Parts: sequence; structure tokens; C-alpha cells
Amino acid sequence: MKLPKEPASSEVTAESLYVRRREFIKNAALFAGTTTAVGAGLIYLASGGKADSPESPASEPPKAVTAPPDPRAELAPLRGRFDTDEPMTPFKDVTTYNNFYEFGVDKSDPSENAHTLRPRPWSVSLEGEIKKPQKVDVDALTKWFPLEQRVYRMRCVEAWSMVIPWLGFPLAELIKRLEPTSRAKYVAFTTLLDSAQMPGQRRGILDWPYVEGLRIDEAMNPLVLLAVGLYGKELPNQNGAPIRLVVPWKYGFKGIKSIVRIQLVEKQPRTTWNLAAPHEYGFYANVNPEVDHPRWSQATERRIGEFRRRKTLPFNGYGEQVASLYSGMDLRANF
Amino acid sequence: MWKGPLPWLKPAVFVGSLFPVFRLGAAAARGELGANPIATALNQLGLLTLTFLIAALACTPLKLVFGWTWPIRIRRMLGLFAFFYASLHFLTYAGLDQVLDLKAIFADITKRPFIAVGFAAFVLLVPLAATSTDAMVRRLGYVRWKRLHRLAYLAAILGVIHFVWRVKKDVSQPVAYGAVLAVLLSTRVVAYFWKRLKQRVSRGIPATMAAGETETRSGS
Repeated sequence: MKLPKEPASSEVTAESLYVRRREFIKNAALFAGTTTAVGAGLIYLASGGKADSPESPASEPPKAVTAPPDPRAELAPLRGRFDTDEPMTPFKDVTTYNNFYEFGVDKSDPSENAHTLRPRPWSVSLEGEIKKPQKVDVDALTKWFPLEQRVYRMRCVEAWSMVIPWLGFPLAELIKRLEPTSRAKYVAFTTLLDSAQMPGQRRGILDWPYVEGLRIDEAMNPLVLLAVGLYGKELPNQNGAPIRLVVPWKYGFKGIKSIVRIQLVEKQPRTTWNLAAPHEYGFYANVNPEVDHPRWSQATERRIGEFRRRKTLPFNGYGEQVASLYSGMDLRANF
Repeated sequence: MWKGPLPWLKPAVFVGSLFPVFRLGAAAARGELGANPIATALNQLGLLTLTFLIAALACTPLKLVFGWTWPIRIRRMLGLFAFFYASLHFLTYAGLDQVLDLKAIFADITKRPFIAVGFAAFVLLVPLAATSTDAMVRRLGYVRWKRLHRLAYLAAILGVIHFVWRVKKDVSQPVAYGAVLAVLLSTRVVAYFWKRLKQRVSRGIPATMAAGETETRSGS
């Protein structure tokens, strides 16, 4: 019997190479593992310590506002007298880029976390220096007045801005109906305090509940809106459902969300951001390109969706309507 | 690069460190950086800069405490990545956020402490990156080179301050970075005094006396 021929010695893999091949595989695996770990760790840290979630979970499309459309609204001209004709910020940006610390401090947090808020049933307590203090269901309150669409600029104190079509009614109409006494000099607003619905309130980042206020003459200005919707739909939770304040000539933080109490008061009410950092955020908080935030400039802003920064306008471009409210006042001191 | 023990280490850290910039670029190209993409890019690049600075400053303490030497072998690369991400961070601010409006940038740097400290940290990294080669170490001499590169401590401290001042209210994240940095820097301080104490002992001064001497010193 003939044994198969032994391979020629030249064909035998040298031992050093054989060992090197194993070593190569080991090193390749360690390389791949380390690369992945380093890359993933960095991406985790760069996204602010959050697990990677490219898109926020699809929320249910908001329902149409339950209040019947006001017949007069159809007769009204397409653009209201206060409406801007600037292009509106897309619905997606308006509803995913929010400051609402009750649901977390990142801009994307409110749209991801605000599903815990239950905006119905909801009552608003009307209190203070008025003829008949009362608690009213938000849907009943909304039916007291015709709803209007208002396309307003919104300028955040962080130097970005949007154009938002709100749906609501003027605060002035509500105040008139409440018949304030002569002692009513200011209006104070309070957000819901409920850490089960607003998990961000478990952290003491701000003094909860959020509170805001306006001078009565400011509150009576026809620009001020109590909004219950945007883009013709019910207000999404992350935008302050079911009812919020919109004061277009002031920085966005004045627009208190998810309101449970409106009080007419004699003394200037305390306001949350002013309490948190009095040298940075004043009671008035009028948009003013001349008065910088101590840490950044307010001269320009980035309109969401635009590349170049644009110049910020005094009173956010609503000077014609509101500048007279502050005549004789030092706006540098009363920032 | 593929040499010595742990030949995979340097290339792996190199490739992994580039992941975030590719991911950021891809997300930007697909419009997935959210409503304010420039702000998102600035935040991410800033966080990466601070991460690399702290990682580079962690190498020596890791060696001192655990006796590991492998971090030292990637220290220069980590430092250069800190400079790389700091440059991208600054270029995004100057080129995209301010669209090279030199007047506005100058006003920002001179008038706003928040931007001034960030800019100072970036400027401090420039000489460190420029003298990072072996040839530069030889040219400067190791002692001088090492003294110069202590600027990295200052750059990291300024970076943390920049982060704290940027945040509107919730400082938990900047404080976390600051705490890690504080631990790393204090490890060096402790190690420094420990080494001096040991030197005394080895020079023949009894340990008890050396300890007594330090006590009198701190008391005087």
C-alpha cells in the first residue's frame, strides 16, 4: 500500500505564521470590540447621557378642538390685524422643540415625556380681586369666547424664535367678564403642581409650581392670548395643554403653560425665572435687543428652520401695539 | 501603529474616536439634528471636547492608582482628539452660528465671560497640539515640554466653567464632568506629596521624622 505523499516541506505553514494567524484574529476581535465601545461611549456622552433614540415616539395626532367654530371667524379676513405674514414654523418643530421643565430640561424632553399629563378633565380656578371667584372647567371656559387664530412670533430668551399659529381668546375678554375690583393691579398665573403628571417637578430645578404674572394694563392688551390650540388643533401636552398664556412681545418663558389658577392681585406677583435668577430674568422680560442677557447677546436670534441669524426687534416687533405701556420706564432697569 | 503589546489599542481608539463626527455629519446631512441643528452640533462637539480632555488627563492618574501603562500610550491621541473636537466646536460657532460675523464674534469673546472662557480654553490647546510631536518634545526638552503641557489642566477647568455658564439652570451635567476632573486632579496632588514623602524616606530620613516634618510645615 502506498501512503499519500507527504506535503512538501515548503507547503507546511510555518509555526510562527500559524501562531500569528491566531494572534491576528484575537487582535482583530479586540480591535473591533474596543472601537465599538469607544464609539458608542462617546456617542452616548455627546448626546447628553441619553440612550440613542433618533426619533421621538409617534404621538397620536391631536384631535380637532372641540369648541364649535365661531361663525364670525369665517367672515373675518384670512389674516388678522395682528398676524405676521412670515412663514410659519413647521408643526413638527413647534411640537418637538420646547422648554417645559416640568417634563425635563432638554428641548426634546417635553415631546417625549408629556404623555403623562392629563389635560381633561381640567378646571381653572379664577380668584382674587374679582366679583365672583369660581372654578370653571376648561371646556366651559373656552366656550365663553369665540376662538381666534393668531399667527405670532415667539422669541425665546435663549435667542431662538418661531412663528406659531395659535388658537385662543384674548385674556382681556376673560378679565372683563370677571369684573375685577379697583384693587386688581396685576394678574398672577399658576401651573399645575402634580409630580405624577409632571415628573420633572420631582427635581428641584425650579421652585414648583411655575408661576408668572402681568401688570393689569399689559394683561388687557389685545395681543395677549389664552391659547387652547395651535395649527387649528388642540394644544399638544408639550405646548402647555389644555390652556396656556401667549404674550408675543415678551420672552417665551412668560408664556406659562398648563394653567390651573388665574388670580387678580394688588401686588406684583412673584415669577418663577425671576426667583431662580433675579439678575438674569426680570418681571417684565420684554424682548429687547439692547438689553443683553448677562451671559449672551439678545441682539440677534435664530429663527428655527433658518440658517442665518436675524436681528431681534424691540418688543419682538410689536412695539406699535405695546411700547406705550412702558413710556417713561427705564427698560434697562426693568428688564 | 500596529506594534508592541496591545497592537489593536491605538487603531481601535483612533477609529472609535472618529465615530461621533461621522454620526454627526450623517445626521446633519439627513436633517436629523432636530429643530435647531446648529445648537445640537455645538452641544455635541463641546461635550466631546470635554470628554477627550478629561480622558487625556485620566491617563496619568490611572497609572498612579492602578499601575496601568496602556492609557499613557493613547494619551497623546486623546489630547489631539480633544483639540480636533474643540476646533470643530469653535468652527461651528464662528462659521455656522455666527456666519463669520467677526464683529459679533469679537463682541461675544470680549463681553461674555461664558464665551471668553471657552475661547481661552481653545486657545490654550493650540500650543499643546503644536508641540505634540516627538520632535517638539526633544526640541523643548522634556522638562519644559511637560511644564507647558500642564496647561491642559487649566484648559479642562475652563472647559467645565464654560459648560456651567452655558446651562440655564440644571447644572447636574457640568457638575458631573467637573467632579470627575476634580478627582483626577486631586489624584495627582496626592501622588505628588506621596512621592515627596517616599523620596525623603529613601534618602534615609526616618519615616516618622519625615511625617513630623510635614506636620510642622503645615502647622507653621
